[in-house]
Amino acid sequence: MTYEAVIGLEVHVQLKTQTKLFCGCRNEFGAEPNSHLCPVCLGLPGALPVPNEEAVIKTILTGLMLGSTIAPRAKFDRKNYFYPDMPKNYQISQYDQPLCQGGSLTLPSLSFPKDAQKEPQALANKKVRLVRIHLEEDVGKSFHLESRSGIDFNRAGTPLMEIVTEPDLTTPEEAFALLTTLREILRYGNVSDVDMEKGQLRCDVNISVRPAGARDFGTKREIKNLNSISAVRRALKYEIESQIELVSSGGTVVQQTMRWDDARGETIPMRTKEQAHDYRYFPDPDLLPIHTDGRLRTEAEGRMPELPEQKKNRLCRTYGLSEYQASVLASDPPLADYFESAARSTRNPITLANLILNDYLALRQEAPELATVSPEYFGELADLVSDSRLNSRQGREVLAILLRTPKSPKEIAEERGLAQISDRQALEAFCREAIAANPKSVADYKAGKAAAINALKGFVMKKSRGQANPQRIHELLEALLRER
Amino acid sequence: MPTLGIDVAYVADLARLRLSPEEIETFGNQLEQVLAYVKKLEEVDIREIVLIGEEKGFQNRLRSDCPLPGLSQKEALQNAPQQASGLFLVPRILE
Amino acid sequence: MSCAFSTIQELRKQLLAKEVHPTEVVESLLDRISSVDPKLKAYNYLHPERALESAKKADLSLPLGGVPIAIKDVINVRGEPCTCSSRILEGYIAPYDATVIERLRAAGAILLGRTNMDEFAMGSSTENSAWGVTRNPWDLSRVPGGSSGGSAAAVAAHEAIAALGTDTGGSIRQPAAFCGCVGLKPTYGRVSRYGLTAFASSLDQIGPLTKSIADAALLLEMIAGQDPRDNTCAPEHAPSFSKKLGEEIRGMTLGVPKEYFVSGIDPEVEAATRKAISHFEELGAIIREISLPHTSYSIASYYLVATAEASANLARFDGMRYGRRASGCDDLLETYGRTRDEGFGREVKRRILLGTYALSSGYYDAYYLRAQKVRVRIREDFLAAFRDCQAIVTPTSPTPAFCLGERTEDPLQMYLADIFTIAVNLAGLCALSLPCGFTRSGLPIGLQIIGPMWKEETILQVGYAYEQSTDWHTRRPPLE
Ligand SMILES: [Mg+2]
Ligand SMILES: [Zn+2]
Repeated sequence: MTYEAVIGLEVHVQLKTQTKLFCGCRNEFGAEPNSHLCPVCLGLPGALPVPNEEAVIKTILTGLMLGSTIAPRAKFDRKNYFYPDMPKNYQISQYDQPLCQGGSLTLPSLSFPKDAQKEPQALANKKVRLVRIHLEEDVGKSFHLESRSGIDFNRAGTPLMEIVTEPDLTTPEEAFALLTTLREILRYGNVSDVDMEKGQLRCDVNISVRPAGARDFGTKREIKNLNSISAVRRALKYEIESQIELVSSGGTVVQQTMRWDDARGETIPMRTKEQAHDYRYFPDPDLLPIHTDGRLRTEAEGRMPELPEQKKNRLCRTYGLSEYQASVLASDPPLADYFESAARSTRNPITLANLILNDYLALRQEAPELATVSPEYFGELADLVSDSRLNSRQGREVLAILLRTPKSPKEIAEERGLAQISDRQALEAFCREAIAANPKSVADYKAGKAAAINALKGFVMKKSRGQANPQRIHELLEALLRER
Repeated sequence: MPTLGIDVAYVADLARLRLSPEEIETFGNQLEQVLAYVKKLEEVDIREIVLIGEEKGFQNRLRSDCPLPGLSQKEALQNAPQQASGLFLVPRILE
Repeated sequence: MSCAFSTIQELRKQLLAKEVHPTEVVESLLDRISSVDPKLKAYNYLHPERALESAKKADLSLPLGGVPIAIKDVINVRGEPCTCSSRILEGYIAPYDATVIERLRAAGAILLGRTNMDEFAMGSSTENSAWGVTRNPWDLSRVPGGSSGGSAAAVAAHEAIAALGTDTGGSIRQPAAFCGCVGLKPTYGRVSRYGLTAFASSLDQIGPLTKSIADAALLLEMIAGQDPRDNTCAPEHAPSFSKKLGEEIRGMTLGVPKEYFVSGIDPEVEAATRKAISHFEELGAIIREISLPHTSYSIASYYLVATAEASANLARFDGMRYGRRASGCDDLLETYGRTRDEGFGREVKRRILLGTYALSSGYYDAYYLRAQKVRVRIREDFLAAFRDCQAIVTPTSPTPAFCLGERTEDPLQMYLADIFTIAVNLAGLCALSLPCGFTRSGLPIGLQIIGPMWKEETILQVGYAYEQSTDWHTRRPPLE
């Protein structure tokens, strides 16, 4: 029997704000432990929460970007459970009236892991439905010491957006693609930096298996707190295999909360006693409901960016780029913006895209920011290459200098004596010299070894110090050899 | 007195109260009395009531995203029953 | 005569006339405290040096300049304990000021000390305190009422010029009635709750306990008004509450709810209330019988809503970040369980259990949600009633102060004692209690005046008219 997996995700995203969700403490990673606290986020007796407008707007914006319905009226609820990293022993979250409901994400093939981009699943442009998006406060961070645990509450109370998907996913690769797509959109909206290193995206996954085509769901297990996209993929792969193995050998899956041990590469049942999920939600009497119609919604609408898919399609349409080129540019909005401003100064945007995506990206590690190069110069460089005045190797050479010196590409090429020789007379002289100096290669070519022409080309390139137009040389050599 | 059968031990566990058997018994009886009394709420017609949870003019009292002064690390930790290296120490959390 | 016996108004006159210096005021109060508090135990905590220090620096040009105020031990004052009369907060020092404390400081008040209360404000007798019971100044065998029993006893026994208390279901008004002083529960949202350790967030309000109506108006004026730190605090500035004091009440309609004069009410309380009502008539008010048909559901609704909120509010007391932690256990669950078992008293545990149960899976709709909806009906009753009258007059409590220990292990009986005060909190209204007589055995009786939301001016005006034409407020408890 074959089995299929049913996967749903709960994605927690740290919002990019100056301050925490319910107090004016800084929302900042990496500070001295317990230095970003006040009576509110430390849960001191008597302290009261006041919601951060920016966090609400960013959540609404996320909903707009993902096609959710924005609730005209939302409220905050208390979710009650005891845990030492939670200062009040309840979390202020949203239960039955979240800010956003529904919505969806489409998974483009390039969002899949590299090794799976060609698979039919990746090519299907699957749409994954969302259940809801709500806003809640984060908890502190625990450090497990030998006999005690140590808690840093700096993160406690920072704004966290929870995005819940329908169980529409069936493979670890789809989960990977969903998270990649989501991350890109969130960055587009400037909602979050989604920095994995800083734990800005954390994911709980629900997973069950069932015989392929079955209608009922199997018993699900939850894997908590996965903190990178690749860990989600690995954990799901492991968990699906182990559930299938269990079920196909006659066993049953028990509902359980697991954690992923990345070092060991396996999921492990959590030891904390489950409180039967009796969270006793009720509306937080300290907080007023939030009415989104009006200013909050208008503000979010005003911040709606062009989304990655839209940008990709527009880049293809407007500049004639390939889907791949457009996708890579769209995945890096500042780079795409740069491309578009440089494109105003060139007749050949495709050459420009190649220069940016092949040459600049290869140089990026050691080169300064692209922003230091005037887009006009970059456009000019693209013209030099597309007009065959520089060959591609020379183009990259000029680019490397251009990134460091504020001179025009033409100036740089002249200074360095870089110019592609396309002049027929000059090239012909080189070619005749090559034929005269390499009788053996000429004889081989005549005898039918077509590849022998390469040795002649190499001679010409060497003589011309690499400046000859290789395409032209090839054509000229062929003609001259035919004459003889 | 009708027995409503409150699982006092379960509720106490949710509330992280460790009760003695004597307390479970006494509180159980007292709670059942109170709950029998509150049953009278069933007499009230509550259909058509929608809870709104706010007074007029109290909507959307949000804070602008500007940092405000808080507690120093020393002040934050001043009441900690146990602390070390700037952290609150608690009994070990099992994962 | 000692200035401890003064009202705020009288004291301010003496201070401004330089008849007395603020340090003398503090000293005379400390004297009074050391002579009567061993009998009463109204205070949990005193800081004489600090009080004397701020007396020295007192700025008499401020409205409360040089006036010592006692604070219920549930309101946070920077650098002081705030125990809520609970062992679980043993050792805790608040690192911040409640908004009302900031405002009192800004108004020039001297913070005198912290008064006893029922643990976490849960109770009606101040017997549920980890630091021992407070006694009624008029009869030491009786309770002062609660939960602000310490504040009421301190004011009534002239151990404080005035005090702050908190009222969740009658906790300012009922002890004011039992001790024979004035207690005002402001409209929900009138006074910031920031820094008030929460019992039931949708019901709690801070308010004054004073020796006169004028003092209550003044003290409320000092602490009321918008606070960006409390979402539920009214966004407008508070008006001047003293403005209508002295305006006559002729032609005003006062409602008397028929449901408040049924069985269970003490005959002497009923007689005193009836007499007060006739007195209002003599002052020219029109008395109209009104109906509050859902009165009998208010206690049930209250105890579910308040305990549910409390079960969450009190979850933070777990010995992890502050307060007392049970010693000698390494296990997390055991530490939680033992800390909370040793730290909380029986009434608190009882209410946490009830509230947890009312919210738990499968019971939420039947208990908590239903209680909240009944609360809407109770509120509607008052809205309808206030179409026919400007204020409502009732007894504050069905009985005068009861004896210590009389009701401690009968929670339901204890809860029923709040029958006349609770509905006001559920509906978010303002109300005050003022003395309206004494029983034959010399116990004070309190009269409650209830107003619509935001109409403190009106009930203060009515209260003032009554107070100025009677002399109940001039009697002193037989403590000497
Ligand atoms: Mg969550
Ligand atoms: Zn804070």
